[in-house]
Amino acid sequence: MSNSPILKSSIAKKIAMALSGLFLVTFLSIHFFINLTSVFNEDLFNTLAHFMGNNPLIQFAMQPVLILGVLFHFIMGFVLDFKNRASRPIGYAKYNGAANASWSSRNMIISGIVVLSFLGLHFYDFWIPEMVYKYVEVKPIASERYFHELVAKFNSPIRTSIYCFSFFFLFLHLWHGFNSSFQSVGMNNKYSKTLHKVGYAFAVIVPFGFIFIALFHHFNH
Amino acid sequence: MKLALKIWRQNNASSPGKMVDYTVDNIEPDMSFLEMLDILNDELIVKGEDTVAFDHDCREGICGMCSLFINGEAHGPDRLVTTCQLHMRKFKDGDTIYIEPFRAKAFPVIKDLVVDRSSFDRIQQSGGFISVNTSGNTIDANTIPIPKHDADKAFDAATCIGCGACVATCKNSSAMLFVSAKVSQFSLLPQGKVEAKERVLNMVNQMDAEGFGNCTNTGACEVECPKGISLENIARMNREYLKSSLI
Ligand code: HEM
Ligand code: SF4
Ligand code: FES
Repeated sequence: MSNSPILKSSIAKKIAMALSGLFLVTFLSIHFFINLTSVFNEDLFNTLAHFMGNNPLIQFAMQPVLILGVLFHFIMGFVLDFKNRASRPIGYAKYNGAANASWSSRNMIISGIVVLSFLGLHFYDFWIPEMVYKYVEVKPIASERYFHELVAKFNSPIRTSIYCFSFFFLFLHLWHGFNSSFQSVGMNNKYSKTLHKVGYAFAVIVPFGFIFIALFHHFNH
Repeated sequence: MKLALKIWRQNNASSPGKMVDYTVDNIEPDMSFLEMLDILNDELIVKGEDTVAFDHDCREGICGMCSLFINGEAHGPDRLVTTCQLHMRKFKDGDTIYIEPFRAKAFPVIKDLVVDRSSFDRIQQSGGFISVNTSGNTIDANTIPIPKHDADKAFDAATCIGCGACVATCKNSSAMLFVSAKVSQFSLLPQGKVEAKERVLNMVNQMDAEGFGNCTNTGACEVECPKGISLENIARMNREYLKSSLI
């Protein structure tokens, strides 16, 4: 992909960044809805988690695509950030960034790095044990184990705090990023206003929803 | 008003340069920012010192020549004005004012506050025009009906004066607002549509070659642009670029 001439130009990179971001947004929505079921229906959560963890299409087609998507997104994020910094070799003695742009829009790399570190922890907490369980130790399928694994993780006040902190940065990332991606792909028409409201609503509901789920399990078990 | 100034001084393109402190007194609120600098320069001449070099021409907000990054903002704290239209009433007695050149790799400093914006000219030359055959049988543009909506949008885009404030203010030194205004002012009109595809590809190519950064949609350019050029133009350029490079 990166060898095609179209990805060489600034606009192509910008569009690729937006598409990978939007892809991660769809993944995030699915993840959010599954986690949400853990709050009110243990069995439903177990069923869905079991399905996601054992359906061959999801495991061997969707999961690698998702991992590539995450890799592409943050590597491209670093590449662009590096290039953008290099575009102003001598900085200003005084630069009033807050006068004309939001904190979240100016610090996507910081919110991105927090989310990336969180992804590291999250993989260590859930994904690696799950891979070991299924493919290394090859333990028997136990479709009711997911809920208990989830609850056990949120026992620790430290882990719960780190999760909540990271979700707040996810909120900052999406507050700018989701709407920014519409602009990047060139959307600007009579639906844009409505779409932007949806974008802001998503940026609030999903991260704060995750915070709610984490706190719910921390305080309820 | 008495003001403390911190001004970037640099002898030539290759010398290092630094911020130097000055004070000016008896500044009237009705003076323009450039008149304030004229007064400083008069005093420097009397003292036998080297005057502060800065760009200016029309001094009425139409040529795009004046630049300056004032107190952390392109063209200073006011909105929808160039530096020549900025008045000293925006400042208070005793204020300290930082005055720096527009900064970007693609806008190298020539001397003090004067920067070389010829990268914009090269972008224009790469496609910011329409080819017209002036052999004598040219059709009058006014005979072509153009929807009012399109004409208005094209005119809005055409008000860009190529000052470079968008680049100076952007944390990424991106020139997307400028280039998108130049792309839009033509591509919205029938005369410009003919070469629309090559135009957007060539201008974006040239923009990248000049070393401008990549847009991340912070929107700072739109806020600081003296002509209020809209981000909508960037979306249009992205759309056209995508279309032109795929088809
Ligand atoms: C679930 C995780 C994530 C989601 C849903 C997400 C979503 C998005 C979206 C929608 C955009 C907007 C693209 C655009 O402006 O057109 C974006 C931009 C960005 N993301 Fe992420 N992102 C995630 C993780 C990360 C990570 C781990 C990094 C690591 C550094 C990162 C770095 C960036 C950067 C630097 C940008 C700005 C680039 C730009 O605006 O052009 N993101 N993200
Ligand atoms: S878009 Fe605005 S800020 Fe940028 S060059 Fe044109 S007039 Fe100046
Ligand atoms: S001097 Fe012409 S726009 Fe300021």
